Amino acid sequence: MTVVTDTVTDTDVVSRSVSRNRLVLRRFLSQRLAVAGVVVVLLLIALAYLGPIFYPWKYDQLDFQAFQSPPSPAHWFGTYQTGGDVFARTLRGLQKSLVIGLLGALFSTALAAAAGAFAGYFRGATDTVVRVVTDLMLVLPGFLIIAIFSSALRDGSWLLFIVLLAGFQWMITARVVRGLTQSLREREFVQAARFMGVPGWKIILRHILPNMASLLIIDATVGVSSIILAEVGLSFFGFGVQPPDVSLGTLIADGAGAALTNWWQFDFVAGVLVLLVLAVNLVGDGLRDALDPNSEIEGAK
Amino acid sequence: MGKFLLHRVGYLVLLAMVATVVAYLLAATQLHPRSRYEGRNPAPAEAVVDQRLTELNMNDKTPLVERFGTWAKGVAHGDLGKTVDGESVNTEMSRRMWVSLRLMLIGSILGTLLGVVAGAYGAIKQRKWSDQTLTVISFVLLSVPTVVLAVLVKNAGIWFNQVSGNESTPLLFTTGEITPGMDTWSWAGIGDRVGHLVLPTIVLAIGVNGFAFYSRYQRNSMLDVLGSDFLRTAQAKGLRRWSALTRHGLRTALIPMATFFSYQFALLFVGATFTEKIFGWHGMGEYFVDSITKNDTNSTAGVTLFVAVLVLIAGLLSDVVYAALDPRVRAS
Repeated sequence: MTVVTDTVTDTDVVSRSVSRNRLVLRRFLSQRLAVAGVVVVLLLIALAYLGPIFYPWKYDQLDFQAFQSPPSPAHWFGTYQTGGDVFARTLRGLQKSLVIGLLGALFSTALAAAAGAFAGYFRGATDTVVRVVTDLMLVLPGFLIIAIFSSALRDGSWLLFIVLLAGFQWMITARVVRGLTQSLREREFVQAARFMGVPGWKIILRHILPNMASLLIIDATVGVSSIILAEVGLSFFGFGVQPPDVSLGTLIADGAGAALTNWWQFDFVAGVLVLLVLAVNLVGDGLRDALDPNSEIEGAK
Repeated sequence: MGKFLLHRVGYLVLLAMVATVVAYLLAATQLHPRSRYEGRNPAPAEAVVDQRLTELNMNDKTPLVERFGTWAKGVAHGDLGKTVDGESVNTEMSRRMWVSLRLMLIGSILGTLLGVVAGAYGAIKQRKWSDQTLTVISFVLLSVPTVVLAVLVKNAGIWFNQVSGNESTPLLFTTGEITPGMDTWSWAGIGDRVGHLVLPTIVLAIGVNGFAFYSRYQRNSMLDVLGSDFLRTAQAKGLRRWSALTRHGLRTALIPMATFFSYQFALLFVGATFTEKIFGWHGMGEYFVDSITKNDTNSTAGVTLFVAVLVLIAGLLSDVVYAALDPRVRAS
């Protein structure tokens, strides 16, 4: 992991006057697949939020003239057994999955940063507590625990669902952050701040976390796709997003049984989901190469 | 080394115990076995329901501490309690455990091997077309959720049976783990089991928890090693390229995989849950999903114990592999 204070190493390509942000942007834009990933993600976001405005059918509307009909100009992705429109529901599900993925990744990265930095900076009792909690959370099967909470989720609080998803996502990153904090802690600029009497939490916010911004950005991006996948898995069993609300996970569950006979009820939703996750993964990979060219594989000892 | 392992075992066992206790307490407060009797018509008398729930140690009128005490006492004597249907969790688990383990063990071993071989091969052939094809395949597979993959593989199997024209006597089965009524220990029975095992194993082996994951990380780690000085030294002292690559290169590049392996094992259970549910296997994954929907406290805690023990074993295994691969660990 590189540290912000000694950035530009490949001086043969870039002159000294180029700022780090410029350099990162340039490195990122030079990767065609990563740029394509950004474009796809933006298009999907636009589709999810603008699509319903222009599309005639709403996600909770039923068409009693078309039960289980294949794709047609009236129903782009066909309809369900009840006459619900697959395209309208896919857009609705996409909205929910996007919100869950983005918010969840934000929560989990923030949690990882806080836990890791505090453990690494304050050491001693804080460190021990964080380590034990981290180890315990790693042993606790997150999927099972969130499933146990599913009856509490039935009351429709999807924010709690996001918090739970994020709560089982932060542990490995927190370990990496802790390790980095321990080495940053001994650097002159942190020592100087400490001797000037700056309180610990301020040092963490001002000096330590900004110095691992690249790691945190990458982690948040990768987190989006893994949270979306976790949501799909839980909702597939009915442990996540609850009806009448829909997400890509509940739609996959609805369509899975009909995948052979009424292919349009499964294939489109699955396609959108895979496209979304693939695009986010491409962005994450591109960011990693752009922000952190010498990165070791994360989590490896 | 022995002391280190012993210390580690102690810590992991403690964590597994805490995990099970936490799961029990959460399940006992979040699940409501009483609701199973509420919807019935005619409604059973409350005293009857109370008595039945008390028998199962799931009566929410008993204080949680008391219920937990009864449960913990049973667990300490090796009895995980009763399911909501009044059967023994132990019997249920001992039957289902091997169904899941068979699937998970074969799937994870195959997936890890495939991933390691493909990743190392890709790194050696860096930027050649074979490497690029493997990278694209693993990248796409990494974005396909296990649920979707399982449905696709299952449908591909059904399609294969239709095309090859043996729908009535298929080679690849898509439901269950054995054809009902088949004698388990005959040659035909074993063949039948293998036929049932193929498709679900493919799902677990190539998916997010197997090939797709390991090949990407193995490739990265192998690329790091390929550029290192000690590999050049090994070749300079006269070692053939192949033996230098395997003995010095691959061995070093495998070290980070040992860590990943322990993390992946808990996720593998989740992957197996989808696979079991979609392919109609009656394993632990299915048991877990059902126990939540049936508000079955004791079964939920039992499954958590099972998963915690699996993670514990995987963690220990990765420590041992780590020590075997990395001489520095053994020395310290």
